[in-house]
Amino acid sequence: MQYHAEVTIGLKNGMLDPEATTVQKALEHLGFTTKSLQMQKRFILDLDATSIDEARARVNDMCMRLLANPVIHNYDIVIEESG
Amino acid sequence: MKIAVLQFGGSNCDHDVHYVLTEVIGVDADLVWYKDELEGYDGVVVPGGFSYGDYLRAGAIAARAPIMNSLRRMADKGLPVVGICNGFQILVESGLLPGALMTNRYPKFRCEWVSLRVENNTSPFTNSFKPGEVIRIPIAHMEGNYFADEHTLSGLDSQKRVAFRYVDEKGNTTDEANPNGSVENIAGIINEQGNVLGMMPHPERASEQILGSEDGKKIFDSMVSYISSI
Repeated sequence: MQYHAEVTIGLKNGMLDPEATTVQKALEHLGFTTKSLQMQKRFILDLDATSIDEARARVNDMCMRLLANPVIHNYDIVIEESG
Repeated sequence: MKIAVLQFGGSNCDHDVHYVLTEVIGVDADLVWYKDELEGYDGVVVPGGFSYGDYLRAGAIAARAPIMNSLRRMADKGLPVVGICNGFQILVESGLLPGALMTNRYPKFRCEWVSLRVENNTSPFTNSFKPGEVIRIPIAHMEGNYFADEHTLSGLDSQKRVAFRYVDEKGNTTDEANPNGSVENIAGIINEQGNVLGMMPHPERASEQILGSEDGKKIFDSMVSYISSI
């Protein structure tokens, strides 16, 4: 089976994100006030697996071993059968 | 004695480190390309630079290169390993050192001289310093903001595994003296076994008086005398 996965990775709550703060300030210069602003990274991938559980376990392993840094990041995996 | 200086695509302080080891100190050292064998060495330097263009996260890709398995085996055997700047980022990404190096508090590349206080002078890398000595070594980085959770920090403190902290000229850990927002002004740490050091400042850029300081040379001197003693 083929599965389509979308992995969203962001900093854990309360971690300093100077890039997001800078973007938020630049928005302010344009007159857009925001109460909060976060930046996240998204990985979109397709993979073969025998079941959705196996696919999810493999994507989770990818996050733990490379895509995310578990010291500073949270991540969210959305996965669906794609053919 | 032979020391390896690792080279990844994008390493750019490799030749500086090799020069200091071979020409300034006078020990045998090889530049070792990441696809080559890392065998028969008594110590390793993972130099600074921008390995893999800092793709994904600084140091993340190099940390997963196959040569890192050989490096890990050497570290497990107790041989001294030092990671400088991007080399420090690679060591934390590989799990050889705890914590993470994040974007500087003020998100700018900072290239300047800093003062460091030697917190531990019993490690293989700091045994040539006096306790509490304040030294001058330059930094050059954008992702040097050291972060670790409370549990890790208390372990680092209680086991005296913080090697260097950013300080002012008098040796005080002030917020102004902290160039990147590192927790507890941490500039360099040592692993539990005591044979792996990671540090953001560049000792190879402070190893000759003509460059403004010889303080960095003492780190390589310490490493060399440690290797001679084992």
